[in-house]
Amino acid sequence: MGKQILFDKIKVPGIKTYEVYRREGGYASVEKALKTMTPDEVVTEVKNSQLKGRGGAGFPMGMKWSFIDKKSGNPRYLVCNADESEPGTFKDRFLMEYIPHLLIEGMITGSYALEANRSYIYIRGEYMWIYKILENAIKEAYAAGWLGKNILGTGYDLDLYVHVGAGAYICGEETALIESLEGKRGNPRIKPPFPAISGLWANPTVVNNVESISNVPWIVNNSGAEYAKIGTEKSTGTKLISASGHIKKPGVYEIELGITVYDFINSDEYCGGMLDEHPIKALVPGGSSVPILPAHLIYKTANGDDRLMSYESMSDGGFATGSMIGSGGFIVYNDTTCIVRNTWNFARFYHHESCGQCSPCREGTGWLEKVLHRIETGHGREEDIDLLWDIQRKIEGNTICPLGDAAAWPVAAAIRHFRDEFEYHVRFPEKIKNRDHYVAEPFEKVKHLVSGQLT
Amino acid sequence: MERKQYKQEINITPQLMERINELLSHYPADKKKSALLPVLHDVQDAHDNWLSIELMDKVAEILEIKPIEVYEVVSFYTMYNQRPIGKYMFEFCQTSCCATRGVEDLMDYTCNKLGVKLGETTTDGLFEIRGVECLGACGYAPMMQLGDTYQEHLTKEKIDQIIEDCKDGKINLHYQTNG
Amino acid sequence: MKVTIDGQSIEVEPGTTILQAARMIGGESVPPAMCYYSKLKGSGGKCRACLVEVAKGSEADPRPMPKLMASCVTGVMDGMEVNSIKSERVTEARKSVTEFLLINHPLDCPVCDQAGECDLQNLSFKHGKSQTRFIEEKRTFEPEDIGPNIQLHMNRCILCYRCVMVADQLTDNRVHGVMDRGDHSNISTCLSKAIDNEFSGNMIDVCPVGALTDKTFRFKQRVWFNKPYNAHRNCTKCCGKTTVWMFGNEIQRVTGRKDEFHEVEEFICNECRFDHKDPTHWTIEGPRKFEKDSVINQNNYTQKLDTVVIETETGILKGREQDRKKISMPSVPLKREEKEIFNEGNV
Repeated sequence: MGKQILFDKIKVPGIKTYEVYRREGGYASVEKALKTMTPDEVVTEVKNSQLKGRGGAGFPMGMKWSFIDKKSGNPRYLVCNADESEPGTFKDRFLMEYIPHLLIEGMITGSYALEANRSYIYIRGEYMWIYKILENAIKEAYAAGWLGKNILGTGYDLDLYVHVGAGAYICGEETALIESLEGKRGNPRIKPPFPAISGLWANPTVVNNVESISNVPWIVNNSGAEYAKIGTEKSTGTKLISASGHIKKPGVYEIELGITVYDFINSDEYCGGMLDEHPIKALVPGGSSVPILPAHLIYKTANGDDRLMSYESMSDGGFATGSMIGSGGFIVYNDTTCIVRNTWNFARFYHHESCGQCSPCREGTGWLEKVLHRIETGHGREEDIDLLWDIQRKIEGNTICPLGDAAAWPVAAAIRHFRDEFEYHVRFPEKIKNRDHYVAEPFEKVKHLVSGQLT
Repeated sequence: MERKQYKQEINITPQLMERINELLSHYPADKKKSALLPVLHDVQDAHDNWLSIELMDKVAEILEIKPIEVYEVVSFYTMYNQRPIGKYMFEFCQTSCCATRGVEDLMDYTCNKLGVKLGETTTDGLFEIRGVECLGACGYAPMMQLGDTYQEHLTKEKIDQIIEDCKDGKINLHYQTNG
Repeated sequence: MKVTIDGQSIEVEPGTTILQAARMIGGESVPPAMCYYSKLKGSGGKCRACLVEVAKGSEADPRPMPKLMASCVTGVMDGMEVNSIKSERVTEARKSVTEFLLINHPLDCPVCDQAGECDLQNLSFKHGKSQTRFIEEKRTFEPEDIGPNIQLHMNRCILCYRCVMVADQLTDNRVHGVMDRGDHSNISTCLSKAIDNEFSGNMIDVCPVGALTDKTFRFKQRVWFNKPYNAHRNCTKCCGKTTVWMFGNEIQRVTGRKDEFHEVEEFICNECRFDHKDPTHWTIEGPRKFEKDSVINQNNYTQKLDTVVIETETGILKGREQDRKKISMPSVPLKREEKEIFNEGNV
């Protein structure tokens, strides 16, 4: 069993409640920080931990904290991004549902570090029951004196609230989240200015993922240097991985960064191997936005090294032969999966979730979906494959926010690694007319039909 | 785009108003608009899970904002309904993991069983089926949202049972914390 | 601050955007702007037509910016070097944006009142292609009546948000906005309620396309047959300075005075715009000139025009031989020389 930071206490009966959480040593970091450390010392510890933001982009959390404008004297806010909506990702939900006080403790310590007196947890509307769990836990924390005026007699005041969203993936983008928190449509803002300078109500704001903030108590209790000893040199600490798809034991696992992908998928401690012993066909390692990996690049990188569960190894080879660890949404596909259908599914998702503000994303995501749907339903043309490639290329990098890139990358990777499947769909429409076309006849068995034509 | 208008009885009860005031207290006094999303959830909950133009106007009045600001927000987010809907809304996740674990077959099965297409309400007003995008339950696929909570690891048998439970009034759409 | 755009340098004040600096330089390097409007606070950044390449960030930090930047919302830094029309990456991106804006556009210019002064038309003349790769059915919206003065054609809208900003910044009760999301976003009042306030007509002037047009001018005239004159009248509500669009002695339309970037110099009130079509109400100052090389300007009366000869014009009504047979017209015999032309197939 690897090092457990977030899940260390998760199996303790009643850890959901304040009493048990406190008895198990909860809220110690608040005591330590407020009584013995300056806010900047807390920031330094987080910096030393080298923790990369766990929401998907992997931006160093301590650095983000150090950017916040404390000089202007404007009120500052810490906002927790609990709008977990990236397909394949369901880790934050698990943390908040089963150990809600960990996040609240992290929010208090974090807010102290940023010298914020008002903080919010923005949770997606579909997690309605967790919203209620968090509201309840916050009430408990107020009652026990961890929130409110003059916390622990130190003179530090903090109010913490949960704000509920209402169904929009785009609100996971930090500026869209801020807009939504202001009661508006979730249209991402144009950057600069960055939230650290002008965020919520035009005041300095830091937006961090649930998992990132939940690591703060441990870092404060044990020091950033200790945290940095866990994991690999460049990927410090542990990471929650949401494993799903065709594996025996889907679920949320806390791993020490740096274990091999092979072990993660096949060991009984984690995914427990492939479902029904079907062979692995593809892997989306970090949520739907990241490039999909074909079987031969899952366990080994292009130059033959073991592929590890770490930021650097997962992206080894760039987009040509690598991917990204992203949000840790780990989706495993076996040979019954149709890559074209799955790519269409993702494209439909991004089409549905585009805010519609900027033209490449608004028009491009819909176009991608329509072309992919045509190919998947047997109405594709040979030139559609190049058309798809061209559309995604024209969206990527040209949009206001990263949703455009997120919509483009899965299409690009699918064509890059599985072009023959697209050709098969175009050339043999009668063979793919049922939606489960690869269940009875996996692509491996019919591959010769397209490769034969190519040679 | 012209929108069809539906009639709705509006009733902002004292309890609802109390809850709205509590939500408003979460934001600075001059930032009432910020409470819009949470307030809409509670108002919708108290009005058969949908929002008419009149009801949205009422919310605008309470939050001291323009009606159009409410319409814009309501139409942006998928969880607000702008027409009367079935009491038990089965919202099936259709995204990748659920799709690879057979949600499409289950949706067909449920539609056939209830005799409706996606987005239609059964004649008794009890059920409605929708396909939605990723709900963050990929490891527990296939799944659907029903009220405040999720129904996960679905099978045909489970769906049969859920439908029976709904008909018998055994399903509580609202999640209660014990605190 | 010194900024260099396509090799041309200019000194500008801090806080100037790349687009503003480019407009000061003028010429080919000015990026097209479909959503930015200098008179509307917070506009810009959305259409992505004005993307430019920042080859050098500044004197202090000379690193190039990895992504193309929206020039209308990117401030210049001292020593910044920008590539606009000179960069292939930039022209490629403009082509892409043009294609995206056109795939769902109805392309109904022949019946659109905006034709001839349409920014999208200009953009596609410059960066568009004559073929389309979009074979899907185009997106359409149910029509909505927003009142007696303004015609809304949602199918033509490119969602620049300018009209929403006009309502927000010129009036105190905005009743229309952007509804729904993604590619179904649409401009609407939700209620079919008349947009009714003294400055609503400016929505027409700021609309870059034919989504919002003047109902009192609807189907009256192709704009290139109108002669625009600067005119003014004493108005208690606005500056009263307008452009009147004449046909003979008739005023067919009144608009704000637009500059070379199609932005009005000053906003005008609805009374000036809709209620004074009698030339005696106005003091005519003289012809309004258009500096920009726009589609309308290609046929503007202020330019000397060559006579255009259309080779096929003489025979076009009679049709090709094979078509004439199909529709049973052989009983109308062609003259001998006509027959020769048709046999050559020069139709």
